[in-house]
Amino acid sequence: MISWSNFLSQLFNGLALGALLALISSGLTIIYGTLGVLNLAHGAMFMLGGYAGYVAYQASGSFLVALAAGTVFLLVVGVLMERIVIRHFYARPHEDQLLVTFGIGICLVEIVRLAFGSQSLTVPAPKLLSGITSLGVMFYPTYRLAVVGIVTVALIALFIVLYRTRLGLIVRAGIEDSTMVDSLGINVSRVFMVVFGIGAMAAGFAGIVNAPVVSLTPDVGEAILVQTFVVVVIGGVGSFPGAVLGGLIAGEIVSITSMFNPGYAYVTLFAAMTLVLMVRPRGLLGMRGRE
Amino acid sequence: MQDHDWRKPLGGRRDFIRTSLAVAGGLALPAGLSGRAFAAEQQAIGTYPAGTSGDSVFIGISVPRTGTYALQGEDELKGYQLAVEHINSGHPLIKQISPKTTKGVLGKEVKYGVADSAAKPNDAVQAQQRFITENKAIMITGGTSSAVAVALNKLAQREKVLFVCGISGSNDTTGKDCVRYGVRQNFYGETAANAIGPALLKAYGKNKKAAFMTPDYTYGHTVTKSVNDYLTKNGGWTMVTNQVSPLGAPDYSSYLTNIANSGAEFLINVNWGHDAVLSTQQAKQFGLLPKMKLVIPYQIPFLAREVGPETTAGVFAATDFWWTLEDRYPIAKMFVQEFEKKYGYKPEWGAENAYMEFALWAEAVEHAGTFYPPDVIKSYESPRKLNSMVGEVEWRAADHQLIRPVIIVKGKEPKDMKNKEDYWEVVEVVPGAGLMQKPDAFGCNLGSYT
Repeated sequence: MISWSNFLSQLFNGLALGALLALISSGLTIIYGTLGVLNLAHGAMFMLGGYAGYVAYQASGSFLVALAAGTVFLLVVGVLMERIVIRHFYARPHEDQLLVTFGIGICLVEIVRLAFGSQSLTVPAPKLLSGITSLGVMFYPTYRLAVVGIVTVALIALFIVLYRTRLGLIVRAGIEDSTMVDSLGINVSRVFMVVFGIGAMAAGFAGIVNAPVVSLTPDVGEAILVQTFVVVVIGGVGSFPGAVLGGLIAGEIVSITSMFNPGYAYVTLFAAMTLVLMVRPRGLLGMRGRE
Repeated sequence: MQDHDWRKPLGGRRDFIRTSLAVAGGLALPAGLSGRAFAAEQQAIGTYPAGTSGDSVFIGISVPRTGTYALQGEDELKGYQLAVEHINSGHPLIKQISPKTTKGVLGKEVKYGVADSAAKPNDAVQAQQRFITENKAIMITGGTSSAVAVALNKLAQREKVLFVCGISGSNDTTGKDCVRYGVRQNFYGETAANAIGPALLKAYGKNKKAAFMTPDYTYGHTVTKSVNDYLTKNGGWTMVTNQVSPLGAPDYSSYLTNIANSGAEFLINVNWGHDAVLSTQQAKQFGLLPKMKLVIPYQIPFLAREVGPETTAGVFAATDFWWTLEDRYPIAKMFVQEFEKKYGYKPEWGAENAYMEFALWAEAVEHAGTFYPPDVIKSYESPRKLNSMVGEVEWRAADHQLIRPVIIVKGKEPKDMKNKEDYWEVVEVVPGAGLMQKPDAFGCNLGSYT
């Protein structure tokens, strides 16, 4: 059963899955790295992105409009969430932050369930990207190929924002030492708001991009959230390159293991996380001194 | 003493001493012992008689309202709610199934509490334990996951409170994990396999290659085994791969890639709820469907609506109920009408299963004439023909499984649908008795009444 063509297919599959995980995880890790808040509502942001995309698609019939509208919507949701709730929790213990974000996540999921019900909803892939493409050893859904491309572009955009702009400089400095940044006269509070918005936006964007691949239900973010945490832990908490690397590793682990025995795919993923925690407690690209 | 005529004065010393001794002895007896002696017939057990002392009785309902089975859980809940409404009002439909019902059960109004199980055994057990302790639930129900059903079976037997099983297709529910305090209306996975197997062999022939998709818990494993056993033994089919996935898997691409490389001609999807929707949709995205033929051994409520009739067209499935059975059975017609009037759509089998469970429970209690659990269980076990939405049915005493027909359906082409909910065509109503394995084939040992 284990053939070269299956192996190559699964390698590629892992890449597609990993790219998506990388994008969602990068949002989580940026927020944690900068703000020190572990956002348990991140899965709900992913879900909300999908539903926002669905609504925009229903209204416009255009996937691009859905993508743009959903992304902006999540940016706004992220900013509002930070201003109204999260900023009051920066100085509070991690337990409080976990509880409040967990609670927000539940509220968002149940509000969506109230509005849309539990029935699966679908956002069709754009016509140009639907169908199947032959890759020589295998056939692959065209849209999934496109997802790899879209996510790569999004990750590059995030990279540019983080490493090539003034905002990025402040964010990275904030990750290292937010008190120092504050004392240099930079309005850290506003930067935090923007960072939370960008983090939510990344999850929301991933939610819309992922919508044609899955069928949307209010619970779509729950399973993803768990995997996202694994990715962040493997890659190194707070590290953007770590999230990308962790995402790709997690994607490949799930895919390659399921080639041998699908029942063990998630066991192997968690085993890998445990191994990383034992050997490098801060994750593969986590830095000493970073919280 | 009971025979003594109290109007006569006590005569003589001997009578006086005898009476005095009896009174003294009575006073000396521990209160518990004398109480038990008076209620020798129906001693306190589980939530009886505490749960039946008022003018109402309480049912604990746990269905998944979140998670991968949420949609099916809500549908199931609607079936329960309609049944309670009908039981309390003495509706003509409930009287078709439980002829002795007037209003309520034994004249007591039925009340209920609902908890979200999220299809997780722990959540369900905690919720039901609360209903039993705080509300003195006289009966509990729930399912939409055999893992939950098996856990509640154990709780019911321990607490001595009747568990009327909700949706559960595993062979274990009334097989290896059966209990005296549990009963199941819908059929074994094995029964489904024995019903759909002949239809598949007739339609597709022998010696085919099949890929299975199996959710990783008792339902998935037992249904896959039963279907594979049938097709292998009777048709020479080969299982080329079995893709086992966790409940609520977010993506099926890895599993589908394995299937794409397996050389399978058939995709037998045992996944359920949203897992079935997602895996089927992604199988289509990967081009596996319609290249491979899809088979659904245990039908999933709303599947056709969610994946679209073009995907389920021509697909064989075994199910408990499909609404067009209203053309064959007057009770089914009544139910479909009543359900649609209240909820605005045609009921799926989850709702029908829920309604039937409660109706049959009302029948069993009315037949027993008491809520005393051992007597209600004996009422379930005493052989008699019962009316249902799919014709005559009867309980099998040895494993508490209802002997009932299996409905084989085939997905309609969109162009053949007479209305927007006309997804499936009933191919055959296969009588249940001939499909069922012996009661002890899966190691059922019911346990004690008390």
